[in-house]
Amino acid sequence: MPPLIQTQSLTMRYPSALALDALTVEVEPGVVGLVGANGAGKSTLIKILLGLLQPTAGSVRVLGLDPARDAEAIRARVGYMPEHSSLPLDMVAAEFVTHMARISGLPRAAARERASEALRHVGLYEERYRQIGGYSTGMRQRVALAQALVHDPDLLLLDEPTNGLDPAGRDAMLGLVERIGADFGMSVLVCSHLLGEVERICESLVAIDAGRLLRADRVASMTRRRDVLVVEVDEGVERLAAHLDELGVAVRRSGRELLVPLESDDTFDLIMRAVAGLGLPLHRLGQRRHGIVELFADTSAGRAVEYAQEADHGIG
Amino acid sequence: MASDDAAVGAGVIHDIGYQRYAGPRLGRRHVVTALYLHSLRTAFGLGRSAAAKIFPGIVVGVAFAAAVVLVAVRSQAGGVIPYTYLQFIDGLGIPLIVFLAVIAPELVSRDLRSRVLPLYFSRPLRRSDYALAKLAATVSAVWLLLAGPLLLIFLGGAFSRSGGASAVWREFTDFLGGLGYAAMTAVVLGAFAVPLASLASRRAIAAVVIVVGFVATAPVIGVVNAIGGATAQQLSPLVNPATLLTGLEAWIYRDEKLDVGRYGPLYLLVAVALVTACGAALIARYRKVTV
Repeated sequence: MPPLIQTQSLTMRYPSALALDALTVEVEPGVVGLVGANGAGKSTLIKILLGLLQPTAGSVRVLGLDPARDAEAIRARVGYMPEHSSLPLDMVAAEFVTHMARISGLPRAAARERASEALRHVGLYEERYRQIGGYSTGMRQRVALAQALVHDPDLLLLDEPTNGLDPAGRDAMLGLVERIGADFGMSVLVCSHLLGEVERICESLVAIDAGRLLRADRVASMTRRRDVLVVEVDEGVERLAAHLDELGVAVRRSGRELLVPLESDDTFDLIMRAVAGLGLPLHRLGQRRHGIVELFADTSAGRAVEYAQEADHGIG
Repeated sequence: MASDDAAVGAGVIHDIGYQRYAGPRLGRRHVVTALYLHSLRTAFGLGRSAAAKIFPGIVVGVAFAAAVVLVAVRSQAGGVIPYTYLQFIDGLGIPLIVFLAVIAPELVSRDLRSRVLPLYFSRPLRRSDYALAKLAATVSAVWLLLAGPLLLIFLGGAFSRSGGASAVWREFTDFLGGLGYAAMTAVVLGAFAVPLASLASRRAIAAVVIVVGFVATAPVIGVVNAIGGATAQQLSPLVNPATLLTGLEAWIYRDEKLDVGRYGPLYLLVAVALVTACGAALIARYRKVTV
């Protein structure tokens, strides 16, 4: 199987800005998160993948095809959900999705059937004969998702699918995307400026910043051995830090907290002994599981990426 | 899982889950046809809310009402009045412009406004295909708007005329001539209106642009007719799409209503050039549009 997406020194220069700066990345099939701050070049990359934009330089392959030459072949096998709501509000959802299926090349009867199915899968079966204008933001986003998958694409490109949704709507949309990847057999590239949100549902992540690649890897290999212990003491932070440093622990100061890489179970004991030895009042000793944010801690993207959630398992 | 398998084996399926699509995926021609038919329906408000049916409904109603009146008058007069197919189309000039000012924005401005173009252009549909499908749908809608009442006039005339088969045949050829003029009208006016509509994403503004586009050059013709010489008067109708059509019709159908002198072929040339330029402008517009 060829890589899902492959770019080589991909560069996109607008008159006023450099959107992609020699981006080289290879993405394997699966659910892939494309993360970066707003303006990092995510939407530009997606539009190049669809052949909607011609890159200034570099090469790109989608499903083994070149968007510059085989844009139509790619578009027949790809579903796209744009960043901004883009639906005709005075149309009935079922008719709109059917129309979009026909524009993707499905015969009339098949288009009708697939439209009903797509709307059922996104949870709009009962409401499918209502006008889109009467829908809530969350329902409109689901119509946008339904039109993207109605023609059964091999790859779904979702640009900020949780845009404008409330927390419950976000969770529902992310759950849907996860299910599409797991049950529908489609690959999904999901864009977000919220790292915490996509890392939960993705198998691999591509992080870009200012059009450059920060990191691309599987989520599992990113989190492995990356868990850290968070130590908080009411006083004597410097003394503890110095003491741990003497013991050869790579301790890092973060505000009032000390961060210690969790090498093994012994690390717990080591810190407990150190705190007890110095007679310091321990406030908290916890493990921070999702450490991907730490990977970007020293980059501007890391600062821009929101900490959507951190799973702290405190014992202190 | 064993019980699930048993249920499927027994043919009892509650949730069949996601099914991949293994059926045919049709090509470009099918896709363009689908967009064309969808747009043609939209022009008449079909598949839309009740509000979207009002304006097309009024114009269609006016056109048929005029045809009914004409049929009634002709049957009373025994089919001798000279006002028939060609004059009927000329008489609908204002309703036609209103119709175009309603449907062209409905077909193109609405897609710009609702930002639905990225959904189209991320599918196997070329930008020029989109532009031409919208243009073809507009032209077809105008032609249908005229052809329906013309058919009514023909049926009325054929049944009320005395003079046997030859009279009906002459009525039929007149009818065909009317359909031909309707086609010319639809192509020229439609090609002029759609690129104008594609400039504005708000339907109201697009409608104003179209109306202004149709009437802007009319005063020029008036002034030239008042003060210009014979040649100037024969040439001035060229500058407005509506009078251009009248001139073209006067030349092709040897109609006396407008004197185009020996410039008839020039009218044809200008009409072809106008349609070509408008089509090219429309395609260029959609090549440029950012999605």
